[in-house]
Amino acid sequence: MKGYKIIVLAKQVPDTRNVGKDAMKADGTVNRAALPAIFNPEDLNALEQALRIKDQFPGTTITVLTMGPGRAAEIIREGLFRGADDGILLTDRAFAGSDTLATSYAIAQTLKKYGNFDIIIAGRQAIDGDTAQVGPQVAEKLSLPQITYAEEIQAIEKGKVTVKRRLERGVEVVKCPMPLVVTVNSSAPDCRARNAKLIMKYKHAKTISEMQEANEDYLHLYNDRPYLNIKEWTVQDIDADPNELGLTGSPTKVKKVENVVLQSKGAKVITSSDEDMDQLMRELIESHTIG
Amino acid sequence: MNSVFVYIEIEDGQVAEVSMELLTKGRALATELKVKLEAIAIGYKLDGIEKDIFPYGVDVLHLADDKRLAPYTTLPHSSIVVNLFREEQPQVALMGASSVGRDLGPRVSSALHSGLTADCTSLVIGDHEDKKANKVYENLLYQIRPAFGGNIIATIINPDCRPQMATVREGVMKKEILDPKYKGTIHKLDVSKYTSDSDFVVEMIERHMEKSKVNIKGAGIIVAGGYGVGSKENFNLLFELAEVLGGEVGASRAAVDSGYVSHDRQIGQTGTTVRPKLYIACGISGQIQHRAGMEESAQIIAINTDPDAPINSIADYVITGDVAEILPKMIKYYKANTK
Repeated sequence: MKGYKIIVLAKQVPDTRNVGKDAMKADGTVNRAALPAIFNPEDLNALEQALRIKDQFPGTTITVLTMGPGRAAEIIREGLFRGADDGILLTDRAFAGSDTLATSYAIAQTLKKYGNFDIIIAGRQAIDGDTAQVGPQVAEKLSLPQITYAEEIQAIEKGKVTVKRRLERGVEVVKCPMPLVVTVNSSAPDCRARNAKLIMKYKHAKTISEMQEANEDYLHLYNDRPYLNIKEWTVQDIDADPNELGLTGSPTKVKKVENVVLQSKGAKVITSSDEDMDQLMRELIESHTIG
Repeated sequence: MNSVFVYIEIEDGQVAEVSMELLTKGRALATELKVKLEAIAIGYKLDGIEKDIFPYGVDVLHLADDKRLAPYTTLPHSSIVVNLFREEQPQVALMGASSVGRDLGPRVSSALHSGLTADCTSLVIGDHEDKKANKVYENLLYQIRPAFGGNIIATIINPDCRPQMATVREGVMKKEILDPKYKGTIHKLDVSKYTSDSDFVVEMIERHMEKSKVNIKGAGIIVAGGYGVGSKENFNLLFELAEVLGGEVGASRAAVDSGYVSHDRQIGQTGTTVRPKLYIACGISGQIQHRAGMEESAQIIAINTDPDAPINSIADYVITGDVAEILPKMIKYYKANTK
C-alpha cells in the first residue's frame, strides 16, 4: 500500500486557558514568562488525524512544521514522541511581528521549498489568537483547496480525501482531490499519548542551535543517527521576499493595546443567607425582572 | 469614493442574522465615511432576496446566482468575492465570524493581500498618525477585539492595504432596518466570468444543517455557568433554576471546553453575544472575552467563591459563596414569593 506525505502545521502557544493572576505585569504588559508554552491544542487534534492516516497507510510520513523562536523545537519533539517522522523549525528574527498574512506567507514559502506533500493538516486556530486564518491563507498562497472545521478524515481513495466537517450549525461530508489543506476542530479525537519507545528514540533530537548549546558527549549521535536532526530553517532557506515578512509584511498593525481595567459599578454585595436570598428574589420579582 | 461592502451569508435561501447585523453596522460606517454601502450575495435562486437586503440601506446589491454556488463551498465564493473586490476596490469589507465567514475571509484577504481582523467586538472610524513615516491616515477602520487570553483589548488598523477586512460574530452588532422602502440597484454577475472550473473540485457528499435547539440569544433570562461550577452534575442546578425562571442556560468557554455543556451554549467573544434582562453568572470569573458577550445585560448577578472575581465589577448583585448552596435557595425563595 502506498503511503502519503503529510505536513502538520503546529504552533507553540502560551497557555492562555490557564491565565493566573501574575499573567499581567504591573505596567500592564503581558508577562509571557508566567504562562507555560504548550503545543496548541487543535494542532494536536490535527496531528492525531495525520497519525490515523499513517496507521492505515504504512509508508506514510509526517513532518511537523512550526514557526517560532528556538524553543518551539519542543513541540517538534513532542510530535516525534507521538509518531511524527521529522520536523522543521522555521525561525528567524525577520519573522518577528508577523500577522497571520505574513505568517502564512513564510509557511507557504517553506512548503514550496520543501515540496513533496499530499496533505497539509493544521489545527483550526491557535488559542493565543483564535483567528483561524493561517490555514486558509496558506492554502490560498499555495493555490490549494481547503477543508476547514474538519472533525474526521474519513477516507482517502483514488487521489481524493473524504472529510467530515463539524460546523456551528451542522455537519458536512465533502470530498476533495489532493493535495489540499485540512484544518481540524477540537471536536476531533484527542491526540494519542507519547509512545515510550519513541521518547527513547527521539529524546536527543535537536535543532542545530540546540546542538551547539548541548553537551558535547552527544555530538557524535547526530552523525550516526540523522533522524535526531531537527531541520532549522531561516529566511535564507525559503526564498522569501523580505518585504512580505514580519512587521513590514503585515497589513494589520496594532494601533493600541489597553490593559483591561475594571471599575466596579457599585454592586450590592449580599450573602448566601436565607434572608438575603429571600430579599433578592423579592426585589427581582418586584422589578419585573423575573416572575 | 470606495464603498463599504458586506458579504451576505445565505442559509436555506434566507439572509443570515449576522449579515443583517453587519448591514446595519455597514450602513452606519458608510454614512460616516460618506460612501455607498454595497453587498454581495452568492447562492442559488436568489430572486427576491433584495427585499430582505435593501431596507438596511444597501445602495448596490451584487448577485451571483448559480446552481453550483449553493450550498457554500470555499473556492467559487472566494473567487467571486476576490474578483469583484478587485473591480470595486472597497475600502471596508465585513463578514460574519461564522463557519462560512471564517473560511472565506482569510482566503480573500490572502488573495488581495489585505489585512483581516477576526472576531471584532467593535468597529469605529478614526485617524492614525504614523510618526516614524510622518504620515497621517484619515478615516481608518479601527478593529477592536480582546486578545491574548482576554487580558488586553487591541485596536487593529490596516493603514495601507485595502479592503480593511473584519469578521464579527452573530449578535455582537444590533440589527436595525433603516428604511423599508430604501431603493438600491441590483448588479447581476456573470458567474462564469468570476469563477473557473477548477473552483468546483470539492464535492458535497452529505449535508445536515439544523437550527440551533438552544436559543440563548433570544432568552430574557440566562443562567450561565463557568469552570467554577465544577462538574456536569452541578450544571443540572443551573438547568433547574433556568427552567423555574423561564430562562436558558449559557456557559463560559472554560465550561464548554471542560465538557460541562455543549458548544451552542457558549457566551462570549468566540460564542454568542447576549443582552438578556437578567444574567446570573455562576462560577464565572469573568475574563474579558466572556464579558464582551454579556456585559450589556440589563441586570447581572454574580455568584462566585472569589470575592475579587473580575465579573463582580460589572455585576449589580454580588453573592460570594458556593453555587451548589445558593442556586437551590434561589429556586426555593422564587417559588415562595411567586405563590
